[in-house]
Amino acid sequence: MSAQPRSLLDPALIVPALGSALLKLDPRQLIRNPVMFAVEVVALVAVVLFARDLAVRSPSAGFSGQLAFWLWATVYFATFSEAIAEGRGKAQADALRRTRSDTMAKRLVGQGGDYEEIAAPALKVGDLVLVEPGDLIPGDGEVVEGVATVDESAITGESAPVIRESGGDRSAVTGGTKVLSDRITVRITAASGSSFLDRMIALVEGAERAKTPNEIALTILLAGLSLIFVLAVATIPSFAAYSGGVVPVVVLVALFVTLIPTTIGGLLSAIGIAGMNRLVRFNVLAMSGRAVEAAGDVDVLLLDKTGTITLGNRQAAEFRPLPGVTARELADAAQLASLSDETPEGRSIVVLAKAAHGLRGREMAPLAATFIPFSAQARMSGVDIGATKIRKGAADAVLKHVKTLGGQIPDELGAIVERVAREGGTPLVVSTDARALGVVYLKDIVKGGIRERFQELRAMGIRTVMITGDNPMTAAAIAAEAGVDDFLAEATPEAKLALIRKEQEGGKLVAMCGDGTNDAPALAQADVGVAMQTGTVAAREAGNMVDLDSDPTKLIEIVGIGKQLLMTRGALTTFSIANDVAKYFAIIPAMFVALYPPLGALNVMGLASPQSAILSAIIFNALIIVALVPLALKGVSYTPSSAAALLRRNLLVYGLGGLVAPFIGIKLVDLAITSVGLA
Amino acid sequence: MTINGWMQIAVFCAIVLALVRPLGGFLFRLYAGARTFLHPVLAPVERGFYRLAGVRPDAEQSWASYALAMLAFHVAGFLAVYGLLRLQGVLPLNPQGFAGVTPDLALNTAISFITNTDWQSYGGEATLSYGSQMWALTVQNFLSAATGMALAVALIRGFARRSAKGIGNFWTDLTRSVLYVLLPACIVFALIYVALGVPQTLQPYLTAKTLEGADQTIALGPVASQLAIKMLGTNGGGFFNANSAHPFENPSALSNLIQMVSIFAIGAALTNVFGRMVGDERQGWAILGAMGALFLAGVGLVYWAEAGANPIHAAIGLDPSAGNMEGKEVRFGIALSALFAVVTTAASCGAVNAMHDSFSAIGGLIPMVNMQLGEVIVGGVGAGLYGILLFAVVAVFVAGLMVGRTPEYVGKKIEGREVKLTMLALLCSPAATLLALAVAIVVPAGLAGLQESGPHGFSEALYATTSAAANNGSAFAGLTANSPFWNVTLAIGMMIGRFALIVPMLAVAGSLAAKSKVPPSAGTFPTHGPLFVGLLVGVVLIMGGLTYFPALTLGPVADAFATAAGDTR
Repeated sequence: MSAQPRSLLDPALIVPALGSALLKLDPRQLIRNPVMFAVEVVALVAVVLFARDLAVRSPSAGFSGQLAFWLWATVYFATFSEAIAEGRGKAQADALRRTRSDTMAKRLVGQGGDYEEIAAPALKVGDLVLVEPGDLIPGDGEVVEGVATVDESAITGESAPVIRESGGDRSAVTGGTKVLSDRITVRITAASGSSFLDRMIALVEGAERAKTPNEIALTILLAGLSLIFVLAVATIPSFAAYSGGVVPVVVLVALFVTLIPTTIGGLLSAIGIAGMNRLVRFNVLAMSGRAVEAAGDVDVLLLDKTGTITLGNRQAAEFRPLPGVTARELADAAQLASLSDETPEGRSIVVLAKAAHGLRGREMAPLAATFIPFSAQARMSGVDIGATKIRKGAADAVLKHVKTLGGQIPDELGAIVERVAREGGTPLVVSTDARALGVVYLKDIVKGGIRERFQELRAMGIRTVMITGDNPMTAAAIAAEAGVDDFLAEATPEAKLALIRKEQEGGKLVAMCGDGTNDAPALAQADVGVAMQTGTVAAREAGNMVDLDSDPTKLIEIVGIGKQLLMTRGALTTFSIANDVAKYFAIIPAMFVALYPPLGALNVMGLASPQSAILSAIIFNALIIVALVPLALKGVSYTPSSAAALLRRNLLVYGLGGLVAPFIGIKLVDLAITSVGLA
Repeated sequence: MTINGWMQIAVFCAIVLALVRPLGGFLFRLYAGARTFLHPVLAPVERGFYRLAGVRPDAEQSWASYALAMLAFHVAGFLAVYGLLRLQGVLPLNPQGFAGVTPDLALNTAISFITNTDWQSYGGEATLSYGSQMWALTVQNFLSAATGMALAVALIRGFARRSAKGIGNFWTDLTRSVLYVLLPACIVFALIYVALGVPQTLQPYLTAKTLEGADQTIALGPVASQLAIKMLGTNGGGFFNANSAHPFENPSALSNLIQMVSIFAIGAALTNVFGRMVGDERQGWAILGAMGALFLAGVGLVYWAEAGANPIHAAIGLDPSAGNMEGKEVRFGIALSALFAVVTTAASCGAVNAMHDSFSAIGGLIPMVNMQLGEVIVGGVGAGLYGILLFAVVAVFVAGLMVGRTPEYVGKKIEGREVKLTMLALLCSPAATLLALAVAIVVPAGLAGLQESGPHGFSEALYATTSAAANNGSAFAGLTANSPFWNVTLAIGMMIGRFALIVPMLAVAGSLAAKSKVPPSAGTFPTHGPLFVGLLVGVVLIMGGLTYFPALTLGPVADAFATAAGDTR
């Protein structure tokens, strides 16, 4: 998946595309694209006319032959653009497919740990399999027992191994990845053929590509425009007859093809495929094109504070004891509560206790201690040593715990907590049994440059909401420092879901990312839900995108890619329609000058002859498709700014440019073909 | 062109602009069901009508029932007019003793008036009795105009409402349009016209002795009452054949100004109703801005073309400084004839105060283009607004993508269904115009109606099919359209141009009304500024104009080049 973006001129991409573009000329396939299908039909007509001209040895056979050639070229260039866009995905798909070799699975039978070897595709959902070091995991599943380091580079391109363990938020494993150490038992959650890897292959290959809502709407518009031009062209013979002349059918065909929006019609599917590929290159998999489009429409971004806005690890910076408690006493309890806590915060408390008070780490085993891990519901962790319960955690959670044990809350505690929170830190209250000891000041470090990113988002009209488990005061301080628009403090999964619902009721589209099982409802509710690859199966199923790098900051890039996709479509549509003006000025005088010679004055480009004018228009029309393939694949350049600014710029470049460019282009083609004597 | 001429044009524009907000505010309150200053008098009458008809005024209709009610109403209207015209000979108020109207002419006229086209294949004072003018035509003038207003309000509701099933009630909208707007205003206007010298009588035609001692029949009738609604309802069907060029139908510069203002008044005010209903008046001004830009460009071109002399006339020694006065009334002159021609074709009215056939080629081209753009430059009452809103949907869809979001207009997402229906609506008028033209200019029955041959004859036919499909009703006078072929062809064109557009348009309204509203943000495509105005103008010109480019080239454009080259064909 780490396939680097390849150059467009890479022969490894171009050669197969040349071939598959030919196959795509099949009318049964092409009918999905009404504009190009129409071109193909009239190209066939042109061939028939050419054959007739040849048969009767008409002097215009050279002209009709060239027209027929360029009409076919127009269709071919369109299918080629689609083929080359798919080709880039195919290269990625092939790399993936190699990892899906015929693995053998060790399916557990009975309780005793016995297993039988069966082929991976024969596994059923719910089967339990044993995976040992060096084995490829045979299918998507969930670790139900054990911890292992897993090499997921086949999927993510990231070579550093990751930890997968039962329970918690890192339980999902993907078929085709390799276990490096330890043995795990995995429950298979996806049948062969519908696994994550299979879906990825299908997605990047574009095999499952259904038209997105917006693409359908645009196709209708283009088909409607084509119909209008059918009318405009089909009535010309009658007009010409009134005026006492005849317009050759092959000329009508040429006019029709230049007028209908072939440029956007030819490049439309390439743009869509390229948009998906751009995401894939960012190591994000969209489960549907619809999700990519929705990303462009997002109004509200819900961002987890930790890891996105602040550096993942908060550092313990200070112990602030209550009156009557020494700092050392507080540090001692905090250290005990943190010894088994593998979170960065827990580790930083141990480090601070040693640095500030010289407290060394102790072995937990001889203390007969039970570690109480952090949970999103309890919002505290700690340790039970015999009957002594040491806890550290969110202020309200620990205070509730102290109260339930019958303890009193000293008034000073509130003041300490509040001061820490106001300074933007996270207050962690430490208690021993029913006695509150004081506060550990955890310092949050806001990522460099994130403030500017949020400013960009605001300019694009996107509101950012920081989601954090912190209390409102801490959250407000960090929100102010990071420059987010709003925050949701003391967030529970339910609060997150409620927030999304509220925003959506106001007509807004919401994007969020998440990894835990408890994020699943919110991920499913959000319009764009990006699940982390490291997350649980439930989260991955609920989201409509998966981030293989598990980097929540990427949500911002995803929005940009969605917008770029829509902008590219709009820009090329505008360009395509604006082109028509020049094409009319090329063909209409050429067509009617024989009927009314003064109409030659409309030949503002000064094209050499009626025949060269018509040929130039049709050649320009074909070549512009090829010329715009790189733009279609790369997307129009995009810098985050307000809609008004974007529109002004794009209207100028693609609207005005689309009006002017063909006048120059057609004139140049005319000069070229007349100088080599083609017309 | 003279300073005086431009000042007359400026005065007209200023009056129309000044009326937009007060009239818009009144209409907004009326259609929202709020009380207006007319309610104390008219509300009981309104309630009486509902009780008589058994209509519940606040019962919401879905777009489909709204459309069905509208269609049923028009079928009834058609049968009534057709019957009244056919039976004219035996009905009262027929002092001249005119016979019943022929079937094809009655068909054409009935469709013409129910579709707000007012194409006149008949000569008013030579064919129709006072009774027919009053109960067949004038009644439809009110009803077709009120229908246009109702439809526009229904579409606006589609944009304004959120997650709604209904788009209003056709019967209520229709009744209110007639009762509170058209009827009171027309009573006032009719009295003003009478004061300015327009006849209003049921007496038979007068016979006068001329200075030479010859007998001259002077046609009279209830002119003022029909004139008022003909203008305000953008109907355009003249009492007399010469329409508003006739001294009894448009006696002075003042009556001319009032007529032009009343053509634009409601159409322009409806843009403000749109703005108010979607909660941002700037949206309405932007629409009016796009209309205004196209309008001023048209006026400038026609005025310039008509103020210039015909090179062929100049070549034979005629004074070029008078401009092209052929077919124009001396009491209006070049500027007011040019302005009237642009106003009447921009607005789907079709009344004329000069003969467009006698305009220079370019001067005749602009009125045609105005109609071909879909009559969206202010447009027919209601029809202009829903026409340009459809173009706005296309403009927003094409360009809105360029800001990187699913296109939305005044908070409504424009998706596949709206695009499909909008394209369908926008397709019907070009189809009707071009297909009818393609047939008419090759079959002998069609060619027989043309006065000229060559490009000018082509223009006459193009003007007629355009005018019918656009529901304008004005004519390039050279065409003799009262033949079975032209009567039937144009009747079909008028039907398609009206109803084939309305039904998908109402479906768009229904589809939009059902959507929720996206709140605006910095990422929203702004549709209230000059950028959008320019874009909308561009889309109207490209979508509307390019379709007709070949036909226009062979008609007025070829005509213009030929005239410039001194070719008198």
